[in-house]
Amino acid sequence: MTARERIAGNVAGYVDDRTGAAKWMKKNLTKVFPDHWSFLLGEICLYSFIILLASGTFLTLWFDPSQREVIYDGGYQPLSGLKMSAAYASTLNLSFEVRGGLLMRQIHHWAALIFMVGIVVHLLRVYFTGAFRKPREFNWIIGVGLLTLGIVEGFLGYSLPDDLLSGTGIRIAEAIIQALPLVGSYISFFAFGGAFPGEAFIPRIYTVHVLLLPGIFLALITVHLMLVWYQKHTQFPGPGRTEKNVVGYPLMPIYMAKAGGFFFIVFGVTAFLGAVASINPIWLYGPYTPGQISAGSQPDWYMGWLDGLVRMSPPIETHAFGHTISWNILLPGLILPGIMFTLLALYPFIEQWATGDKREHHLLDRPRNAPNRTALGAMALTFTLVSLMNGGNDIISTTFHLTINQMMWFSRIGVLVLPPIAFVIAKRICLSLQRADRDLVLHGRETGRLVRLPHGEFVEVHEPISPEKAWTLTSHEQLAPLELPEYDQAGVRRPKALANKLRNRVSRANAVAVPKATETERRELEGHH
Amino acid sequence: MSNEIEQIKDPGLPAHVHRRADEDEKFAKKAETQVAILFILSALGTLLLIASYIFIPTDSFIFIPVMGETNAHQLFLGLGMAIALFCIGAGAIHWAKTLMPDEEVIAERHEFRSSDEDRAEFVKTVKAGAGAAGLGRRPLIKRTLGLALGLSGLTPLLLLRDLGPLPKDDLTKTSWKAGTRLVTDPGNRPIKASDLEVGAVAQTLPELAPGEERTLNNIGKDAVLLIRLRPEDFNLTAERLSWTHEGIIAFSKICSHMGCAVALYEQQTKHLLCPCHQSTFDVTRAAKVIFGPAARPLPQLAITVDAEGYLVAQAPFTEPVGPSFWERSS
Repeated sequence: MTARERIAGNVAGYVDDRTGAAKWMKKNLTKVFPDHWSFLLGEICLYSFIILLASGTFLTLWFDPSQREVIYDGGYQPLSGLKMSAAYASTLNLSFEVRGGLLMRQIHHWAALIFMVGIVVHLLRVYFTGAFRKPREFNWIIGVGLLTLGIVEGFLGYSLPDDLLSGTGIRIAEAIIQALPLVGSYISFFAFGGAFPGEAFIPRIYTVHVLLLPGIFLALITVHLMLVWYQKHTQFPGPGRTEKNVVGYPLMPIYMAKAGGFFFIVFGVTAFLGAVASINPIWLYGPYTPGQISAGSQPDWYMGWLDGLVRMSPPIETHAFGHTISWNILLPGLILPGIMFTLLALYPFIEQWATGDKREHHLLDRPRNAPNRTALGAMALTFTLVSLMNGGNDIISTTFHLTINQMMWFSRIGVLVLPPIAFVIAKRICLSLQRADRDLVLHGRETGRLVRLPHGEFVEVHEPISPEKAWTLTSHEQLAPLELPEYDQAGVRRPKALANKLRNRVSRANAVAVPKATETERRELEGHH
Repeated sequence: MSNEIEQIKDPGLPAHVHRRADEDEKFAKKAETQVAILFILSALGTLLLIASYIFIPTDSFIFIPVMGETNAHQLFLGLGMAIALFCIGAGAIHWAKTLMPDEEVIAERHEFRSSDEDRAEFVKTVKAGAGAAGLGRRPLIKRTLGLALGLSGLTPLLLLRDLGPLPKDDLTKTSWKAGTRLVTDPGNRPIKASDLEVGAVAQTLPELAPGEERTLNNIGKDAVLLIRLRPEDFNLTAERLSWTHEGIIAFSKICSHMGCAVALYEQQTKHLLCPCHQSTFDVTRAAKVIFGPAARPLPQLAITVDAEGYLVAQAPFTEPVGPSFWERSS
């Protein structure tokens, strides 16, 4: 035993005497994780969260979250002598006087954008591969919670500097609160400590931004990861992979090196963006005042779809019995997003209801093999993308020389018409891909080699695909549709007849598929050749 | 041959293919050198960061194609940091991919469901526990506990009451009164009709009494836009026409949709446009909404001139300015 081993052994022994950790550690240090590029998406979120904590802590050392009015006399000449809030002045100070301050601000903002992109793309990966199915429904819901909190946290974050752009964002948020029936003006006055903008809001959201929400994030992320750990990661289908095993590499040393290394890569890329790509140059916007605004006001991208919905909303307000309800704010600002996030959170249960499938799933679906789910996803994505695009309708209009009228009407119609079209197209593409898979398994790969037969006919030579590939393409199961009878054996109409009818209908749509190739068919075809 | 359909079979995990570095020490050595080079690059990155921090002044600018004039201090600080971090990561991953074992391992999964005995045992334990507490048998305790917990939940709500004052008439009243002079923003100078040419726009605020301070809260409600048209351009009711003065018309600048400043005036079409959500108001028709999500016109301020010829408000706004709220009556 070398000296080094002895010391390590002593330390480990000391800890184990007090915690009994050795038993758990020996099992978990070699825990197996499957490998796939798309499993890195969640890691990107985790790492950008750590970067956010680190860079954010740096920013708090100089940032002054106060709306107290000061006269600026710092290093940025164009704003010299102007009245502004201490929050804005200290952000200028961070950007111009503190060495590395601007870099950290830009790293923080880029990391926030990457965090949100990571969450959305990770969510899409989990959705389209069916990774949310039993037993992972809890983690799906936690994920939807993290997405929602991320949007709020990001909005509060870019609202803190109190520049002209972010102040306008707060003004809009205030209008949404104020539009709530019955309690709106009261909640707004409580939140702002009086009328808008007041002097209380930025100090208050600062506490929420740096303490409350990060604390909730930390708790939710911990549970999210513990569940991933405990339930073991899903894996894509392939040779040797079953519902009962995990095929991959051990945590120590492979994933410690790979995941640890990946953290530094994400941090490195974020630092690179912070160094070369200017983001939120608040000194160009000027301090906030409610009487001014700049053209082309845009929120960060993850708020853009909400803004787009508000922009395309029809101008409807109801005035009755001395009260006002602003549908033009409530509908796109609260009701629609509320419905969307509720459906998103409940999706695993909706699918379970439709398929009647209550089994555990650890093998992922290839998106084409679940055409209905994929098509629904394409539909939701199209809705969100049209909204997001309309969030930039002014910029798009000026860039492409369109009128704002054309953009708005395109969005108003498109947001209703395009999602169903996307559904049909996506479903057709899925079925076509299934057909292509079937052909590939039965007839083999096209080699591109043309051969002329003795009687003059030209044929392309096909080469059989490997048994591994054939298995990967056919290992999924194809569920038969539910057939819940309308009448029971005695001929009496069953209680939930109508719901069952709907369920049968949905399940039938769900089960539409191109029958996958079988060994029997393969052999028959071989007989013909 | 039976009629049973035979599915394609799982050929099992493919045989492991060794990497060159596994078989030839020469390649392993090469990989080791590559990893070391990446780590050395990282160290150089940190040195670049330290050097930039100390030696490049914060106000030195250099020209970089595409980026334009760039602050050299922040650029090299960031590049040093990026190189330092990225190369650690690249080195570690290269190390894992070339030198660490890459044979796939199979681990078994276990069903999460507890055994039926365990579940039954659990139910029994819960029932026994609840029975021992006697909640079911002692409704008095259950009800009073419910009361106590429910009431104590009110405490945080109550304590949050002092977050802010009640709205009262704050949302409905502005600083404008009959006779209040309109002054320029910025500048606080009173305005004569002759100061504005046809087609001109001015951002104004109510004149402050001596010693009065203007807060952002005031600006958020009081901001008013003056626009001068030719009187024959107007298409107004007689009452609204009497609120204008020699072709000068005044509107609240705070959007009736979500409160942004309606700052874009298009001289040709005489439209006001809010840059937030593109609500468009027709100035000639008392700021009627002609496009976008706003549901109400911008409130019009009745103006006239005082004895000295300065523009003043005839009367306060006749309706609340800014976005809608529940208590708004029209």
